[in-house]
Amino acid sequence: MLGIILYSGAVALIVIGIAGLVRSTHLFRAVLALVIAESGANLLLMLAGFRLGGAVPIATEGSFPLAMVDPVPQAMVLTAIVIGVGIQALAIALLVRVKQRYGTLERSKVTAAMELELNK
Amino acid sequence: MSELVKRVEWTPLLFSVGLGCLLLPLFLALPFGNSPMVAGEMIQQAAQGVQGAVVDSVGAANLVTSVVLAYRGLDTLGELAILFAAATGAGMVLQSGSAALHQNTKMHKHIDSEINLGELFDSAATMLTPLLLLVGVYIILHGHLTPGGGFQGGVVVAVALFLPSWARNGGGQLSHKVISRIEGGAGASFIVIGLVALWQGDPFLTPWLAQGELGELFSAGTLPLLYLMVGLKVGAELAALLKYLAIDEQVQS
Repeated sequence: MLGIILYSGAVALIVIGIAGLVRSTHLFRAVLALVIAESGANLLLMLAGFRLGGAVPIATEGSFPLAMVDPVPQAMVLTAIVIGVGIQALAIALLVRVKQRYGTLERSKVTAAMELELNK
Repeated sequence: MSELVKRVEWTPLLFSVGLGCLLLPLFLALPFGNSPMVAGEMIQQAAQGVQGAVVDSVGAANLVTSVVLAYRGLDTLGELAILFAAATGAGMVLQSGSAALHQNTKMHKHIDSEINLGELFDSAATMLTPLLLLVGVYIILHGHLTPGGGFQGGVVVAVALFLPSWARNGGGQLSHKVISRIEGGAGASFIVIGLVALWQGDPFLTPWLAQGELGELFSAGTLPLLYLMVGLKVGAELAALLKYLAIDEQVQS
């Protein structure tokens, strides 16, 4: 039961993020939606390595716990979070430039202005 | 009612619901709470000192760190490269256009004196910076013993580097030269530590140095050194990113 709830939550985060990415009309909200989808993916990875009754994979007082959660997905999520930050920074930098050039972040207006420039 | 139905965009909604219906059964089929851990089992056995373990023990109390820096060290190097590419890309995007604007603003008004965030903010930044640096370096150096490490501590260090110059003049004074030196040096040291292992006859990035006693500060061979380099690199990169964004905002206003 707990598994169903947690997995549904993670999938719901991914779905909400992708829905927001597809249908948001403002570019900054699209970036935020991407962040939500990313956290859903991270949560899924963490859940895949979770073990009931498992302790943190860290030695206390010189010995490791006998049952521990899988350290490999945790390490992957650690890297994924950092890469996510890098991607967000790049996206925000591009948005700053878009806003400077076209004066708006509305997707339809930016697209129209870009097409006008391309067809010039 | 019909107005509402018309306004909803059905295609993306259908797409996302369909995606959810596809993903959910897939993940519900996974075992929850007792998932198989193949690589994790090997690492666990090696760490617990079981005889005949498949992989060698690394000697780090934090197994996540041993995965990040030893068993998957090459991936971490690749990930640092991605972070570097993202930071460079953001810097390029933000710097190219603002250079002309920057020159223009500088001509009639000195840019550094434009923004004054007040004495309270200034003093708070002065007091917080050493504290933040201390916490950041602590988190980095204890990455192989406790939760934390180079990536997490690096973010704290980045804030510590960026905060004072931001409080005084909108981030303009942070020396780009120093930051890029720190970043380049840290990245090169990471690779050199990996190359020394290669020279000793082990695969690239194999931890060398003595493993020491489990749970001590000086243990786990080269892992703390590698994490220190990661922390410096992440800190310098993020500080540079914050600086670009701050300067850009300043030029705009």
